[in-house]
Amino acid sequence: MRAAWAKAGSKSIAIVLALLFTALLLLASGASPIESFRLIWQGSVGDGAKLADTLMAWVPLVLAASGLVVTFAAGLWNIGVEGQVVMGAIAAAFVAREFHAAPALIITVALAAGVIGGLLWGLLAGMLRVFGKVNEIFGGLGLDFVATGMVVYLVIGPWKRAGIASTSGTDPFPREAWLPTIGDKLSPIAVILAVLAVVGVYFLMRGTFFGLRLKAVGANAASAHIIGLSTRRYLLTAMAIGGGLAGLGGAVQAIGFQHKLVPAISGGYGFLGILVVLLAGYRAALIAPIAFFFMMISVGSTQLSLRLGLNSSLGGVVQGTLVLLTVLVGGWQAQRARRREPTEVES
Amino acid sequence: MSLELSDIHKHFGRIRANDGVTLRVGAGELHGLLGENGAGKSTLMKVLSGFFEPNSGEMTLDGATLSLRSPRDAIAAGIGMLHQDPLVFLPFSVLDNFLLGSPPIDRTAARTELADLARRFGFSFDPDAPTRTLTVGERQQLEIVRLLWLGAKVLILDEPTTGISASQQALLFDTLRTLAGQGMIVIFVSHKLEEIEALCDRVTVMRRGQTVGEVTLPVPIDRLVEMMFGQAVPVVGRVPGVRGEVALDLEGVSVDDRLTSVVDLTLQVRAGEVIGLAGLEGSGQRTLLRTCAGLLRTSAGSIGVAGSDVTTRGYHERIATGVHYLPAGRLEEGLIRGLSITEHFQLAHGSKGFVVPWADARRDANALISRHSIKGTPDTLAEELSGGNQQRLLLAMVPENVRVLLMEHPTRGLDIASADWVWGQLMHRVERGTSVVFASADLDELLRYSDRIVVFFGGRVLKVLDTSEADTDRLGHLIGGRDVA
Amino acid sequence: MDSTLATIVAAAAPLIYATMGETIAEKAGVINLSLDGSIMLSAMAGFSITYVTGSVIVGFLAATAVSAIIAALIAFASIELKLNQIAVGFVLTLLAAKLSSFLGTAYVGVKGTHVPHLAIPLLEDIPFFGTVLFDHNLSVYGSFVVLIGVYLFLYRTRRGLELQGIGERPEAAFARGIPVNKLRYLYTVIGGALVGLAGAAYSLDVKFGWRENLTLNFGWIALAIVIFGGWHPMRVAFGCYLFGALQVVALKLQPVEALQGVSQILPIMPFVLMIFTLLIVYLDWFKRFGDRHPAWRGLLTSDPPAGIGKVFERE
Repeated sequence: MRAAWAKAGSKSIAIVLALLFTALLLLASGASPIESFRLIWQGSVGDGAKLADTLMAWVPLVLAASGLVVTFAAGLWNIGVEGQVVMGAIAAAFVAREFHAAPALIITVALAAGVIGGLLWGLLAGMLRVFGKVNEIFGGLGLDFVATGMVVYLVIGPWKRAGIASTSGTDPFPREAWLPTIGDKLSPIAVILAVLAVVGVYFLMRGTFFGLRLKAVGANAASAHIIGLSTRRYLLTAMAIGGGLAGLGGAVQAIGFQHKLVPAISGGYGFLGILVVLLAGYRAALIAPIAFFFMMISVGSTQLSLRLGLNSSLGGVVQGTLVLLTVLVGGWQAQRARRREPTEVES
Repeated sequence: MSLELSDIHKHFGRIRANDGVTLRVGAGELHGLLGENGAGKSTLMKVLSGFFEPNSGEMTLDGATLSLRSPRDAIAAGIGMLHQDPLVFLPFSVLDNFLLGSPPIDRTAARTELADLARRFGFSFDPDAPTRTLTVGERQQLEIVRLLWLGAKVLILDEPTTGISASQQALLFDTLRTLAGQGMIVIFVSHKLEEIEALCDRVTVMRRGQTVGEVTLPVPIDRLVEMMFGQAVPVVGRVPGVRGEVALDLEGVSVDDRLTSVVDLTLQVRAGEVIGLAGLEGSGQRTLLRTCAGLLRTSAGSIGVAGSDVTTRGYHERIATGVHYLPAGRLEEGLIRGLSITEHFQLAHGSKGFVVPWADARRDANALISRHSIKGTPDTLAEELSGGNQQRLLLAMVPENVRVLLMEHPTRGLDIASADWVWGQLMHRVERGTSVVFASADLDELLRYSDRIVVFFGGRVLKVLDTSEADTDRLGHLIGGRDVA
Repeated sequence: MDSTLATIVAAAAPLIYATMGETIAEKAGVINLSLDGSIMLSAMAGFSITYVTGSVIVGFLAATAVSAIIAALIAFASIELKLNQIAVGFVLTLLAAKLSSFLGTAYVGVKGTHVPHLAIPLLEDIPFFGTVLFDHNLSVYGSFVVLIGVYLFLYRTRRGLELQGIGERPEAAFARGIPVNKLRYLYTVIGGALVGLAGAAYSLDVKFGWRENLTLNFGWIALAIVIFGGWHPMRVAFGCYLFGALQVVALKLQPVEALQGVSQILPIMPFVLMIFTLLIVYLDWFKRFGDRHPAWRGLLTSDPPAGIGKVFERE
């Protein structure tokens, strides 16, 4: 109970500090903080179109972050998530470009391909770690860039726009492969998938034997082995699930938002997802609201550049500051707790 | 020159590793520090070498108070420690290891110094070889030479004979005698009786963080055994229960595990039988338990469980045949920090199902908690339990119908009530046909509960004897490597 | 040929600064994962401060200070708060990159001062080497100095040996009276300062100016090269020049229609090489080969500092 209060306390201290820091930055840039915050609010949820923008950005972020909850539970730092998003997008793009059938079928197959693309890429990082002892952080980082290289290659090489090769992207996919929308942008399928993913991961981690065993392997692999769990299998499964969800995010990004393949197809949602999960304290329940808050900031920040001439990266600054301060304040409180009652160390 | 440590206290959280220890050593003395693993010897020596700051107590060298805030102070005061695993840097060259942390000196000069010192003690090093190519014995020699070069007047050696060859040990002992002969203080930390006996002039015995006493050698070995393990209580062997079929069958089993090995061991454990594994820590008991569990591979022989051959089956497959293993490290190789009692039960008892029925799980956990009288609630985390309750939880996690239970130090660190309770539980299972094979450093426990005792010495099985032919005295001698019967 | 090699040497200069800084920090046991953001923010700071003050030197100092502060934050979080170095470094890399975009808006596309070109008299006249090595500007010469300096410091001085000791086996270094955590602070911050130089070298020399995401991914590449180079300054430097060469080749291939794909693949090579290096380090076959042929061991592979990323606590 006390721990819960301490956690809530550290979050609020961090939020206050992050708001102060942002306000100072805004004042230093000659903008009114109150006006800026109002613009961010209006720019993200002020009307239906804005809300649709925010939700469509929220979807891939939630998908990537849900997958990361699973990999973090297994004790893995899946920095390869960015590449998994990209591979999902590439796989979906392949289906969208090459496959001709009824829209419902193409879309289903494209989304499934996205899951498989991300899953395989995640599994590759997992296998490098489990069988080759390549740390998942550096292995994943490497695979991120390999995936990015691949997408750039496709965009200016085999899949280049008719006539000119340019890094601005491929030709748009055929209309049948686009996710159907309500209004201009909002795709209910995408939103439903994100909700299903986050609810599914929450249930997986809280309600199933798989989630429980995964937590055990992540917290103490030696004990988990003695208890009778195959640690390898759980690590690989976690990477597959994490990669699959990230890949689905990439697929949605490709056929639901960009409608073509562009070099920056990942949208940075993988790395941003890591920030979301760090801020959520690795708990699935908090992913959806935090991701929504993040995307309000991101989407709303574009208003700052339109109206106040500020750089829209302010959104990223706020997000980063918030996570950094939360992590630091949390560490500081844990440190004070350790000082109060020293942990047992046997020598 | 004289060294005196009085009333040293060093606590780690709730654990009192040193609880009022006193040690006196005079110049030119080869002083042994004897005690079982966990008696607090290493902690005391780390306090003396500045690695740990004591909570309280006083240390004086030649009457002057020592205030050691870090190893740097200890080195300056002339105190050098050779750690059990020599603290050398494996990828660096021998010369670099010699130089790291030394006062400024020209490399060529250092090279000469190293060669001179090595020659004086009959050691030989290639100064440019990577240290990882040296044997453990050579790494020790390098550390000794380095500490002497830094001006050590007090030399501490923590379990230095672990992992070195017989000839290296002889050379080491000669060196230590020479050094003591020159007036140095040498403190030799060991849990091996025969080494202390062979080398030291005087010995201080520690038990459970306290000094038991100090004696001048030679002294009858059973006196030392008694000091180490406590007053020998006459014990009555367990009344043998009804023996069933052979549950665990070892046929000519050989295993190699780096420092210890089991060679050609044949042993049949019947259902309802209790086998104690005796010996000094690291003599091969753990190797045997891990082999039976399937965590180590045999190099020869076969292992059978209840009539079927399991030699080639791994650990997880053997669990399915009813073999369970409980290692000594309760929070390292057994329980999981951050998970609750309920979650532990669900992990252990498993289910082919997909969804955890949490309501039922909590009810089951409550039932198991009261049946095994664990002090905790279904939501208590593993690390919040006391040692005794962790052991109860571990036992409760083992299924009722288990065939063979392999345990390391079932009652280490437990209070008497918990220890009795653990054995009550074990005996309850034994009566219903479970076989128990356990390693212990507690002679009393071994004699009280075992039907037969396997004694290990120096990484080998020395003897298998019936508890009826054993008493504390004989067992103490056997553990020390001598059979007097 | 001469001028191509000279271009490679110049292109690799900032990477030399960054990788040497990271090598020092990692050899001391601290992973500074913030490189990609640190370099970017330093590049922005270096350029803007130079623009405001008109002094390249002040710009370089500012760039150095920015990355040194970020590095100090990582050291503090790891040593005092026992936080995961990866987590803190990762957050900082994203935050610093965004900060550079936000704070640097006013300086995008502005023409500013840059590091003066300075051919070294006499030396520049040496055939071949003169063009390749001695016809550059100060920041390139600085990279030579840093490379040789780091190499000599690590392998020829007592302090360098200590540095390796605290990263390899901190408890052994502590037992020898070396103040492990104090030195980890020191070397992490010095390493960060060098990373800052890399940023300034990009904005004030290689790229002549500031725009958003100017140095995108160079920090990640530097991290990969440090691993590829097995934490040895000379092999790391080889990795930097190899990457510089790949960049130049990619640039030359770009106009060739048929090879456009290839030119896009080359920049990801450091990461592929990094993965292979990591794989090789742990392959049993390779370990046995290294044991049998110690002479080859150092050339082909090296183990990471054993204490890397681990917090040192005395009890």
